[in-house]
Amino acid sequence: MVSARHMANRFPSETAGRWLVRLLLAAAVAVIFVPLVLTIYLSVFDETLITFPPHAYTTRWYARILPEFGGALRTSLLVALAAVAISLVLGVPAAIGLARHRFRGRGALSTLLLAPLTVPGIAIGLGIYVCAVMIEERTEWPLSGSVPILVAAHVLIALPWVVRLCLAALANRDPAAEEAAASLGAPPWRVLWRVTLPAMRGGIVAGALFAFIVSFENLEMTLFLTAPGMTTLPISVLQYLQYRIDPLVAAVAVVQVVLVGGALLLLDRVVPVGRAVA
Amino acid sequence: MSRLTLDGLGKRYGTAVAVDGVSLDIAQGELVVLLGPSGCGKTTTLRMIAGFVEASAGDVRLDGQSVLGLPPHRRDMGLVFQSYALFPHLTVARNIAFGLEMRGMARPACDARVAEMLRLTRLGALADRLPRQLSGGQQQRVALARALAIQPRVLLLDEPLSNLDAALRAEVGREIRLLQRESGLTTVMVTHDQDEAMAMADRLVVMRDGRVQQAGTQEDLYERPATPFVAGFIGRSNMVPGVLGADGGFSSGGAVLHLAGRYGAAGPGTLALRPERLSLAPPGSGYVDGVVELATYLGAVREHLVRLGHDLRVVVRDPTAAPGRLHPPGEPVALSWDLSAERLFNAQDAPLLPLPPGSNRETVYGRGEGALAGHPRLAIAESLHFATSNASAERPPHPDPLPEGEGADRSTHHD
Repeated sequence: MVSARHMANRFPSETAGRWLVRLLLAAAVAVIFVPLVLTIYLSVFDETLITFPPHAYTTRWYARILPEFGGALRTSLLVALAAVAISLVLGVPAAIGLARHRFRGRGALSTLLLAPLTVPGIAIGLGIYVCAVMIEERTEWPLSGSVPILVAAHVLIALPWVVRLCLAALANRDPAAEEAAASLGAPPWRVLWRVTLPAMRGGIVAGALFAFIVSFENLEMTLFLTAPGMTTLPISVLQYLQYRIDPLVAAVAVVQVVLVGGALLLLDRVVPVGRAVA
Repeated sequence: MSRLTLDGLGKRYGTAVAVDGVSLDIAQGELVVLLGPSGCGKTTTLRMIAGFVEASAGDVRLDGQSVLGLPPHRRDMGLVFQSYALFPHLTVARNIAFGLEMRGMARPACDARVAEMLRLTRLGALADRLPRQLSGGQQQRVALARALAIQPRVLLLDEPLSNLDAALRAEVGREIRLLQRESGLTTVMVTHDQDEAMAMADRLVVMRDGRVQQAGTQEDLYERPATPFVAGFIGRSNMVPGVLGADGGFSSGGAVLHLAGRYGAAGPGTLALRPERLSLAPPGSGYVDGVVELATYLGAVREHLVRLGHDLRVVVRDPTAAPGRLHPPGEPVALSWDLSAERLFNAQDAPLLPLPPGSNRETVYGRGEGALAGHPRLAIAESLHFATSNASAERPPHPDPLPEGEGADRSTHHD
């Protein structure tokens, strides 16, 4: 009796809760996917100005992506890959050091490595630009608008992601495994290679992925650092939009989403990124 | 397969002393357990032996040769951790093979050794599993197999049973003990659990605040605790602070306890009483009268909480196999016991010896070797080849009327 009444009391509120969850889920899905679906829809309009409803549909905008944005895409990819590579070289050892050792200035170093996340991209970009110009005036090195400065700036914003995700991966691992390896006769470099790095594999992959995306999509910082003939994809798109609004931009966006989304899915198969950073 | 010697081993962090002059000689094939509460320095001692913590003083020798200059990977010591510390990305077999691979062992020999270890630890069926697919007990067996595979000179066990549930603990403990015996490995184990320590050890070393309180066999520590701390930590004791009167009565909390032994001394001290060696008697017929406050039937034993005087409470345990009954709360009773139930410590925490029947004071305290030997139960075992840093041995002579007990005596024997 008592339990039956208890059930009856609980039942309606539980049903309401379940419906609320479903509603929120539907809202979230809508917020995420409606713009995406609209973009795909726009990208096949056979119009030179975006008008609604369209007279006809076409895939010709996709054919124009490479002629129009090929150079910028190439620059973006190269810069992103270089930034990821350098971020890994710097970030993985930094994460190991921060996670496994206690030393003077450890807190400061940790803050410093994560700080770029907290500074607006515009401010970083402007700062780097001004700095490059000042060095250029004194040394005659052509720094502003050069590839090394662009890559260095992208390393700056990509590095925190590598460090953070590698740290998270290490925090989940028992350092005793490294001591066990040492006691079994493994010298330090073999401990690193055989135990530490495999343990943080998920963090490394996830960090590289996030670093790539952050670099590839960066607009506001990069605005200050490009030069004629050396623009990244987001900047080319922005410049294009200043003169024309046609479905080509939507087509570029769709390609970008497919590339990044595909990479994410593929990597999640190879390394369960979600579990590595959880 | 070695004799391990710790010689005045110490560790300080800044001004904090973690380990203070631990000396220990561990024979080939012996299993010594370092036992103590957390923060007593036992784990730091183990980590200094393994090479993960640098010693600030003293030496660690294997067969007479110092290993302090060697990094951990060249010390040839098998380590088993509380957290198992298996390599999560390697199978059971590859985990066990790890140390052999590091030694560059040829593939066929390595495979044979792994197969042998799998058989010894009964893990054959699990050889291709990953650690996360195993239970805690199985993981600890893998860790043990991995440590034994390299045939280390010394096996170090860091709280190896603490992560296991109670049922598995005894089983894995026995398994470790059997494998250690069979392979004749010199072993140091660290634990905070005295039951575990008693069950595993050839010899126990009780530590507190970085110092060795007492070292010896289970029987040494249980029957002849050197300090009140050991008396309370090994087995359980009722610790009764009080004052020993010239008439031989020990007063505490408004009660006067007549002791089983005569001590020929007076002054403040601590009396340790083993609950399982006390017995209940009709009022007026024991050493002290009291009132039952709680009575519990625990299966193997009956447990009574008896109040003596106004605020002294003593636990008494007697086996249900013996005749007797549960005395209800409020019933007046008396406690009686024999010499083996009591252990008296002076204000400096040094144990006091009872006078042998019919002897006088001088025979005990004047170069007491003969007197001590005549009282085997209370003489400190001569087999102790430790220099224990017993608190009393290090303090200057005190102005207290109680004479120094055997703590002071022993320090002169060993100097």
